[in-house]
Amino acid sequence: MSTTMSFRSTLLRPLAVAALAFGLAAPALAAEGAPKPPREEWSFAGPFGTFDQAQLQRGFQVFKEVCASCHAAHLFSFRNLAQPGGPSFSEAQAKAVAESYQVQDGPNDAGDMFDRPGRLSDRWPSPFPNEQAARASNGGAYPPDFSTLAKARTYEVGFPGFLIDIFTQYQEQGPDYIHALLVGYEEPPEGFTLPEGAHYNKYFPGHAIKMPQPISDGQVTYSDGSPETLDQYSRDVTAFMMWMAEPHLEARKRIGFQVMIFLIIFAGLLYFTKKKVWKDVAH
Amino acid sequence: MSGHSTFEPKHPALKWFESRLPLVGLIHSSFVAYPTPRNLNYWWTFGGILSLMLVCQILSGVVLVMHYTPHITLAFDSVEHIMRDVSYGWLIRYIHSNGASMFFIAVYIHMFRGLYYGSYKAPREVLWILGCIIYLLMMATAFMGYVLPWGQMSFWGATVITNLFSAFPVVGPTIVEWLWGGFSVDNATLNRFFSLHYLLPFMIAGVVVLHVWALHVVGQNNPTGVEPKSAKDTVPFTPYATIKDAFGMVCFLIFFAWFLFYIPNYLGHADNYIPANPLVTPAHIVPEWYYLPFYAMLRAVPDKLGGVLTMFGAIIVLFFVPWLDTSKVRSGVYRPLFKQFFWIWIAVCIGLGWLGSKPAEGGYVIAGRILTIYYFAHFLIILPLLGLFEKPKAVPASITEAVLGKNKGAAPASAGVSAPQTKG
Repeated sequence: MSTTMSFRSTLLRPLAVAALAFGLAAPALAAEGAPKPPREEWSFAGPFGTFDQAQLQRGFQVFKEVCASCHAAHLFSFRNLAQPGGPSFSEAQAKAVAESYQVQDGPNDAGDMFDRPGRLSDRWPSPFPNEQAARASNGGAYPPDFSTLAKARTYEVGFPGFLIDIFTQYQEQGPDYIHALLVGYEEPPEGFTLPEGAHYNKYFPGHAIKMPQPISDGQVTYSDGSPETLDQYSRDVTAFMMWMAEPHLEARKRIGFQVMIFLIIFAGLLYFTKKKVWKDVAH
Repeated sequence: MSGHSTFEPKHPALKWFESRLPLVGLIHSSFVAYPTPRNLNYWWTFGGILSLMLVCQILSGVVLVMHYTPHITLAFDSVEHIMRDVSYGWLIRYIHSNGASMFFIAVYIHMFRGLYYGSYKAPREVLWILGCIIYLLMMATAFMGYVLPWGQMSFWGATVITNLFSAFPVVGPTIVEWLWGGFSVDNATLNRFFSLHYLLPFMIAGVVVLHVWALHVVGQNNPTGVEPKSAKDTVPFTPYATIKDAFGMVCFLIFFAWFLFYIPNYLGHADNYIPANPLVTPAHIVPEWYYLPFYAMLRAVPDKLGGVLTMFGAIIVLFFVPWLDTSKVRSGVYRPLFKQFFWIWIAVCIGLGWLGSKPAEGGYVIAGRILTIYYFAHFLIILPLLGLFEKPKAVPASITEAVLGKNKGAAPASAGVSAPQTKG
């Protein structure tokens, strides 16, 4: 009996100590003066979370028709559209998307650059040739690249939430923030002076964002009957951005569960072996 | 590594080899016959866990290097290439990045255990100091490793930390330029950090060998702090410690896997998924969690040089703990006052860590100053005085006596059955 007791207390105490120690790492990207984005329900959250393929396909449509006109995604390739764990387009569909874009290639044998239809192996073409060109067309602001954006945004959770997040595995602060931002455009409150060329957003740090409201109700026509509302567009494109930032999320959680099962069984076997080995030795 | 080996090779080929290089005998005497106190608790499994983490970091690191490009224009994208295109690259990269944090969690528990049970006291001073050197090397290695993905926090963390050296009079700016390999954190900095990040883990491995060697010369401490007096006080390392360590390691791996597979970015910074940009400073530059207490001390001192010296002093003071603690009693178990101060000190360390993650303003700075002073007071005032004024509880005559006393009543079946173990 005493073995079991000491086993329990010796295991729980480091956990508690460690839990305290980790929390200190909570990302401290403060959104000065901005309210905390509400927590949303995401299909990819939690230990068994997976992407909703239809949602990713809709999100891709929003990205392609709206966001991609200003935002690049230079780590994203056409072939990703057909890879497992993503929007699950067929290879033919992904190829058709690729071919609908002209991609610069070269130099050819004559030393000239030339345009050709895109291939699966091509990266997503950027809307601007360089950052300066992007800034020049967007009032001096650089539309951030989408490749890792969903993991590059967060908000401060604060105590004790950041400790609870370890146990609930809540990691969706980035998508929460992006969704909140997309639906967070408002009229500036009384007395708020908005700088020239900026727009008021409830969730943007400092509230003055250069990006005008990018999308509104009815702007994109869905073919699957999903509501054509700002809220739905925003959720769909946010899920798509999360997949773009973490394309192997589903594999990670699936393998994680298998590893956990293995380790827990292994630990159990070791525990009883250890008990047997130490049976005749008081300690 | 302790005493002569009792290993008797049977096979003729092994006999031939053993008479030329007694390698198997060395392994046998170090990890099989090595007498280990019978009363070690699970806090003692962290030494083995740390060895496991070192191997894990080196193996995953070697594979990462096969796909990583140390150049400021390519580093960020090459890490993302690992995350996206390399088979199981995301797994290897998350193992390595979360593994660093796990390594530090384990080392902090290992150090706290040493401090609580007086494992630094004679004759284990050299063992303790070697451990402090490993800790310093780990800090340097982890710092340089965090720079390699060349994200925003990589770049700005490197800028802030390397700039600290400019606080030293006369030689400061020269040291900083030497560290940078230029006049700012740039490609030369990334390249040398990459080179050193690959080198230092092998230096750690070297010092670990010395650390284990020193351990096997003086023997392990134990929760009573009483040295083994007879063969009854110890059990052979294998199977007793081996199986217990293995169980501890697998439990630690479950904890590791929780972070690795479910919240792999929890311990990192979102800003590091933004490529480094020397023209845009992040709102808050915060180091990795394991540096936060030291970061809080750095910022607690109004003077830059004073802050740097305080920060380094906080680590240097650990080297002198064997002589700062004047108590004749080794283990904290028998030191009622020390025990309380120990837990206060742990709380102070956690408090400093929390303050390190907060902006350096207002009440946070004042709290940081108070806790910094207390951190040093613990080592420089409380530890020396406690030894003089504290009335320790009665220390058991031997490990076996302590074990049998503890188990009396609780487990009558095992009382008295103390299976005498032959020492090696």
